[in-house]
Parts: sequence; C-alpha cells; structure tokens
Amino acid sequence: MNKLFKRLINALFRNKYSERVTNGLFKENPTFVLMLGMCPTLAVTTSAMNGLGMGLSTAVVLIASNVIIAALRKFIPSTVRMPYFIVVVASMVTIVQLLLQAYVPSVNEALGIYIPLIVVNCIIFGRVEAYAAKNKVGLALFDGIGMGLGFTIALILIGSFREVLGSGTIFGFQVMPESFEPIALFIKPPGAFLVLAMLTALQNKFKLPSATNGSAKASALACGGDCANCSGETYATNHEVNTLKKED
Amino acid sequence: MNTDYLVNLLIILISAAFINNVILSQFLGICPFLGISNKIKSAVGMGLAVMFVITTASILCSLVFQYILDPMDLQYLQTIVFIIVIAALVQFVEMIVKKFSPTLYNALGVYLPLITTNCAVLGVALLNVEKDFDLVESIVNGFASALGFTISIIIMAGIRERMEHNNIPKTFRGFPITLVTATLMAMAFYGFAGLV
Repeated sequence: MNKLFKRLINALFRNKYSERVTNGLFKENPTFVLMLGMCPTLAVTTSAMNGLGMGLSTAVVLIASNVIIAALRKFIPSTVRMPYFIVVVASMVTIVQLLLQAYVPSVNEALGIYIPLIVVNCIIFGRVEAYAAKNKVGLALFDGIGMGLGFTIALILIGSFREVLGSGTIFGFQVMPESFEPIALFIKPPGAFLVLAMLTALQNKFKLPSATNGSAKASALACGGDCANCSGETYATNHEVNTLKKED
Repeated sequence: MNTDYLVNLLIILISAAFINNVILSQFLGICPFLGISNKIKSAVGMGLAVMFVITTASILCSLVFQYILDPMDLQYLQTIVFIIVIAALVQFVEMIVKKFSPTLYNALGVYLPLITTNCAVLGVALLNVEKDFDLVESIVNGFASALGFTISIIIMAGIRERMEHNNIPKTFRGFPITLVTATLMAMAFYGFAGLV
C-alpha cells in the first residue's frame, strides 16, 4: 500500500511537468532568485491586490506566449526570431489588456501603463528565448505556469509586506491595531527600493540562492540575462564577437 | 505660440525630469540604472544613448498614433505598433551611426540594442498617448524624461564610484547598498513633488 502511495506521489509530483512548476515556484523563482522583471516588481507592489493583478496578467501572457512560441519553434528562423517573439508577446499583452478593460476595469486603472509594459518584461523574453524556443509545447506550458505563479506569489508577498507597513491592511482588510500609525514611506516609491534592499541584504546574510549574490546559476540568454549585474560589458564582448563573425 | 503654451511646455519639462522621474518615481528602466551605473563614463554613454532614442521614439510614436492609428480607430494596436517602431528605430539608428560616425558608434553603439527592451522607451511613448500630448508636447516630455533618466543614472554612478573605497558591512555589499542608495535618492527626488 505504502509503495503504491509512493508511486502515486512520484507519478503526480515528480514527473518532468511538475518539476517545471516547482522550478518556477522555488528553485528559479523569477523575482526572488533570478531577480528578473524588477520594474513591475517595484512599481506595482503598493498593495497586495495590485501585486495579484500584475502577477496574474504577466502569468497569462507568459503561458500563452510560451505555448505559441513552442508550437511555432520549428517554423521560426533563428536569425529573425526576435521580431517574431516581440509580435507574439505584444499580441498576448494586447489581448490581456482588452480583457482587463472589459471585465476588471479597476485593476486596469490601478496598473495603468504597467500592463502594456509587460511586453518588455525580461521574464517573458527570458523564458521564451531560453526555454519555449527549445522545448515541446507541454513542457513550455508548465514552465509558463510555474514561472507565472512564482512571479505572482512573489508580487503578492512583497505587496502585502508594503501594504501592511504602509497602510496597515492586507487586500484592503485591516490587520494592524488601530493604534498603528501607517508608515506611508512604504507605499511611496522610496519604500519599494528599501524593501528590495532589505530583501537582497537578507539573501546575502543567509546565503540564499539569488542572482544578486552570484549564487544562482546564470540564465541561458545570449547576453547572459543577468540584468542586475550587467555593466553592458558582457553585451559589448558578445557584440564584438558577433561583428568579427560577420566580417569573417 | 502664445505664452500659455510655453509655460505648459516648461511644466511638462520639469514634471517629467524631476517630479515624475522615470527611474525614481515610475520605476522604468531599473535594469540599466542598477546595472550600468558602476562607472560614470558608461553611465554617461548609456544616458546619452537613451536620451537620443527616447526623444526620437517619442516623435515617431506620436506621429504614428496621431496620423495612422487614431484616424483609423486602431488605438488598441498601440502596444504592438509602438514596440515594433522602437525596435526598428533602434536597429536603424545603430546602422546609421555605424556608417557615418564610427567614433560615436564606439561611444554609444554597444548601448543601443540594450535599449530596445528598456521599459523607459515604450513607457514614455505610452504615457504621451495616455496624457493626450500633441507632437511638440510629446517631444518635450520624451526629452525631459530621458534627461531625468540621465541625471539619476549619473548621480548613481558618481555615488557608487565613491562607495567603492568605503567599508560596507558584508551583508550589504553589492546589490543591497546600491538599492539603499536608490532609496535615499528617491526620497530626495520625492521632495520635488510640491514643485508644480
């Protein structure tokens, strides 16, 4: 019986598909470990609700783009793949934006231009380029689900933290006692930088895996994909190599 | 052009460059801000390249929106069209600069392709549309936003060059102290809020 149970668990949670989900949620969490997509992470996490809205919108775009690119991967010539990716991702973003406008206008209003800006979110391009363009549709789908959920949960956590300190609520519900004086700094722009500074400092302190202290593995993007530590030099080197190749 | 219009342009300039600073209050272009700010020289290069691209992109996107998308009722295509216009523009600028001015290419060339995926460029183009700016206002807003970007990235690079020789607690070395610096800069820029 025990053996059967173990086998069931293995079949359900240890196959290559669920591995992609746990990979996105924990091992390569886009926000906490890979440190990608910092712009929306800092900008929209003024409340847990905004974090949830942004996270889910990004997740939907990521899942859809991953599936489409994986399905088309054999038809897209690798030399002009970037324009293809841009058009697919931008179309998905437009669809999500129109859906938000129609069904949850309040979220659309709160997130403003950060919804169309999902197009230039490095998580999407990173996953599409590094994973979906090289793998089967099923795997790409679960990779998108894992990464999308990882991003959503990270944004909700950061959003709740800022909301509790900045206005004493979570998802709009009062959680702090009446006597608590909200620290408005945390829902203002400086608070976003401060929260991220503390987060990365804690990661350094406890030696947690993170791209910011070099302990997470580098991504497979051509430029290194390490936006946080990039000084443009990796790119410059690649640029020279490519120019030399072209001249040859 | 009457005085009211010029005053309006001045207000757009100040609010885009200082009050709604692209980096410190809108969080657009955080990657280069944290990444390319370790030397003043590269920060200036990145800043100038961004200024050039954002200003030209504002002009192009504003023209495309006003004369193509708006009359044809295709406003919902703006995200797709803008990102393609920006990507094409960056490629085109790179080719032209390479052909006609190798010195400029060596100084700015490597930063240009990085800018395609810089959210500040697309963000400013979208803001121009959202705020109903006409062509001149869009140009001023684009230039001023890019100026704000350049100012903050150069200040950041200056501070980081000084900090290199400081004794920073081990936990805060690298990324965290850069973000603490950004926090203090954001607080300072928040002081501009009552200006206009």
